[in-house]
Amino acid sequence: MSDLKSMTIGALKAALQEGEASAQEVVEQLLTVVEEDAGRVGAFLSLDKDSVREQASVCDEVRGAGNDKKLLGIPISIKDLINVKGDPCTCSSHILEGYVAPYDATVIRKLREAGAILFGRVNMDEFAMGSSTENAALGVTSNPWRLDHVPGGSSGGSAAAVSADHTIASLGSDTGGSIRQPAAFCGCVGLKPTYGRVSRYGLTAFASSLDQIGPITKNVWDAALLLEVISGEDERDATSLREPVPSYTKALEQTTSLEGVTLGLPREYFVEGMDPEVEEAVRNAVEQCRALGAEIVDVSLPHAKYAISVYYIIATAEASANLARFDGIRYGMRVDGADPAALYAKTRASGLGDEVKRRIILGTYVLSSGYYDAYYKKAQRVQQCIRNDFESVFKECDALIAPVTPTPAYRKGEKTDDPLKMYLDDILTTSVNLAGNCALSLPCGFSSDGLPIGLQLIGNHLDEENILSIAHLYEQHTDWHKRKPEFLS
Amino acid sequence: MESEKHTMDVGYVAKLAAIELTDQEKELFQSQLDQVLSYVEQLNEVNLGEVEVRNESAASHDQLRSDDEGISLSHEVIMANAPSASSGCVRVPKIIDQ
Repeated sequence: MSDLKSMTIGALKAALQEGEASAQEVVEQLLTVVEEDAGRVGAFLSLDKDSVREQASVCDEVRGAGNDKKLLGIPISIKDLINVKGDPCTCSSHILEGYVAPYDATVIRKLREAGAILFGRVNMDEFAMGSSTENAALGVTSNPWRLDHVPGGSSGGSAAAVSADHTIASLGSDTGGSIRQPAAFCGCVGLKPTYGRVSRYGLTAFASSLDQIGPITKNVWDAALLLEVISGEDERDATSLREPVPSYTKALEQTTSLEGVTLGLPREYFVEGMDPEVEEAVRNAVEQCRALGAEIVDVSLPHAKYAISVYYIIATAEASANLARFDGIRYGMRVDGADPAALYAKTRASGLGDEVKRRIILGTYVLSSGYYDAYYKKAQRVQQCIRNDFESVFKECDALIAPVTPTPAYRKGEKTDDPLKMYLDDILTTSVNLAGNCALSLPCGFSSDGLPIGLQLIGNHLDEENILSIAHLYEQHTDWHKRKPEFLS
Repeated sequence: MESEKHTMDVGYVAKLAAIELTDQEKELFQSQLDQVLSYVEQLNEVNLGEVEVRNESAASHDQLRSDDEGISLSHEVIMANAPSASSGCVRVPKIIDQ
């Protein structure tokens, strides 16, 4: 039997359609490698084998009856903060141990309707707060390219599972870079959609004005197809956008040259202290795009350097309100107390990890009486400056091209004692969330010690077609995305 | 943040946030969050002049569905997740003093 587990969605779809493989064969291969992994990569928090096998068998029956769907028989793994009815949804936190999701998130309903197999729950930083998946309370995940390195975060499990061929594709969520950064660290494609493009109903909220669900995949075409399936207006999310969902896959198949495309190179994104190998790989990619016909122009996003400060005020403020619901009363764990206030404080003390506590405290502080104007209101005004910067550069270019992270993946433990140092990792990704734009990460090279390097393409609001098309064309002319981690060989 | 440097009392804010902290945690978080707060002081250097926040989300996003009744989660499903329950109700410590 051919190697199905390492296939892209596109290749697997073809194999299933041609009858060369069955969904049951695919999931058996994946279940075997995940079991044999025995925690080396450790991408999964839970994987219900019976459910996976049953879903696969239903998919094969549906196909056997002559039907096809966009994702029929394709296993997709889910970041553990998206609700899937009947499954745990722990957000990698002790406080949600024992919780069973009573409903499907909208993206899950859409995946089911498209025929996908929901293939397990993947690890993450607790409540999506972190950039290395080291803040995970319920599991340790490693970077498949070097097991002593972090996979990035917070969607570290989503990216590691895809990169290690432990799943075919996955969903992550991106509040400040949590899809793009782990995708870059693990050599995958990761897309953060425009704010409102994908419904957040059923996504455990971290910072509601910034959160978006998006795909992490083995190539650009797969990301386009997954986005096509999960996007669209949803009456259960008042911030979801009404605009119709185009066929993203069609758009990228039609792009054969970058003639007439202007790419902006934001000078602030080549930050001090950037790893020279990252800079070189990104600059090579820029030249490749020029060779494909793109015009490259230098642009400036003068407020980019304030993004981290704005982000850690706005995001923690929203988190302090959103996470108030985890109080030990209605679901999850509880530590008893003499009165309700003691119960809340003890439950949260014991159920939440350090980083989550720090962020709730910071968010509570910036919203508290006397400090609201000085921090929160000021941050909102600087956020507006960041938005204005993007608006103005998109008048002169079609997309921005930049690095995703200043360095490739780093060793585990390197930044865990220094939260600010960890926050600064997000310097090249948070602006996009603050402005609500779309952006994707795709492989553009490797460091001398074999770690993947990501290229970021940033698009205007609802311009996913454009960045996907550029990325697809670039990918067609490179083979970075075809490399596999050594431990797989 | 305008002129004087603010200091945060982590113990007090943690109380507002309903999180019990050990003395060790208080000390650690205090130094870590002081660092973060001193970093965000950089926002003071931005010349905000006339910049006002445009509420784009209100203009383009707010789309309320009609207020119709629909199928909601069943009592049984809700109760299955309750950490403590009896007689079909979620159990909580006494709220009102005698």
